[in-house]
Amino acid sequence: MRVRTILLTVAAALSTAALACFAASAIAAPDTPDPVADAKAFRKYFTDKFPKVKLEDFVNGPYSMNEDMRKQWKEKEEFPPYEFALDAGKEMFSKPFKDGKTYADCFPNGGIGIRQNYPYFDEKEGKVITLELAINRCREANGEAPYSYVKDEMASLTAYMAFTSRGKPMDIKIPNDPRALAAYENGKRYFYTRRGQLNFSCASCHVQSAGEHIRAEVLAPALGIMNALPIYRSEWGGMGTTSRRLVSCNSQTRAVPLEPQSDEYRDVEYFLSYVANGLPISGPGSRP
Amino acid sequence: MSMIGNMALATALLVSGVGSALAATEADYKAALAAAESAEKDAATLRNRWTKTESTLAAAKKAAAAGDFDAAAASAREAEALAKASILQATSEKTHWKDMEIR
Repeated sequence: MRVRTILLTVAAALSTAALACFAASAIAAPDTPDPVADAKAFRKYFTDKFPKVKLEDFVNGPYSMNEDMRKQWKEKEEFPPYEFALDAGKEMFSKPFKDGKTYADCFPNGGIGIRQNYPYFDEKEGKVITLELAINRCREANGEAPYSYVKDEMASLTAYMAFTSRGKPMDIKIPNDPRALAAYENGKRYFYTRRGQLNFSCASCHVQSAGEHIRAEVLAPALGIMNALPIYRSEWGGMGTTSRRLVSCNSQTRAVPLEPQSDEYRDVEYFLSYVANGLPISGPGSRP
Repeated sequence: MSMIGNMALATALLVSGVGSALAATEADYKAALAAAESAEKDAATLRNRWTKTESTLAAAKKAAAAGDFDAAAASAREAEALAKASILQATSEKTHWKDMEIR
């Protein structure tokens, strides 16, 4: 009788444990990293929220969801404010370094039409490499001083490189490497994490409030937001790099910005670019 | 002691108490600043400093340099409170960021 009681108790305990394991796996399942499912859900969220906006039009940010702004933008595009940066970037791109080499020697396809493949995960280094970082590494490898990540030279160069890729679908890969998945997850975490005294995350503006006004501006949707970079901003009175965009977003929430090209910024660019796979490159863009 | 005497003593104690609470010394400021900087260092480790904490710390140092230790200590205490709030935010967001995730 006593043995039977013990056996019954053990059986009950095992079945409870099995049930608990099943329950845990059922709960844990949604947290298993699944970038493909993330990208699908991300796209669905925005297409459901803005059913009238064509998928490929999300890369045009506020112009995709505000008719008046769109009309003004179309007119502005006849003489776009980033044109000077494009010309400067083209000249910089082809001008040889002191050692006689050029940017074309550092990039696949001579650096033309490759914007859609950045950022990528470098399996040798185990880190995300953005276009801005690759440009500075190219400069340093050829004996040149790196450019500031937030100033005009970098914006001009990336503007030209983006322009040569216009219309090409974003094509970001996550290799079969746990470090790549970890970088993607870190970028996702950064995107959704609230920070700063205003307690805002990137998603507070660009997911929850996309299409809404913040003062006179219309907040761009997060879907395809990287495809338009770098951008000319009237608010800045000039061009801005991806780094500048991230730094200024942090400042606006009253968070002390991280250093440009920190792991977090590189990873959030990786995440946002991956979920925009298939959407066309539209950079350089212009925004109010 | 008469009731009036008691009230006078109580008032005097209250006034002296209030006086000492308001008149911060350089030592008070330094202690408050050390606490604020320690908390801000923890916030930096969590990669979550706030611009307001930094500007309030700067204000504390500026007031101390001008010899206004009341204002300096008050700013340092405010900076510590802000830094602690940023730590709380970062700690809480370690799990709560998932609440906002598109699934």
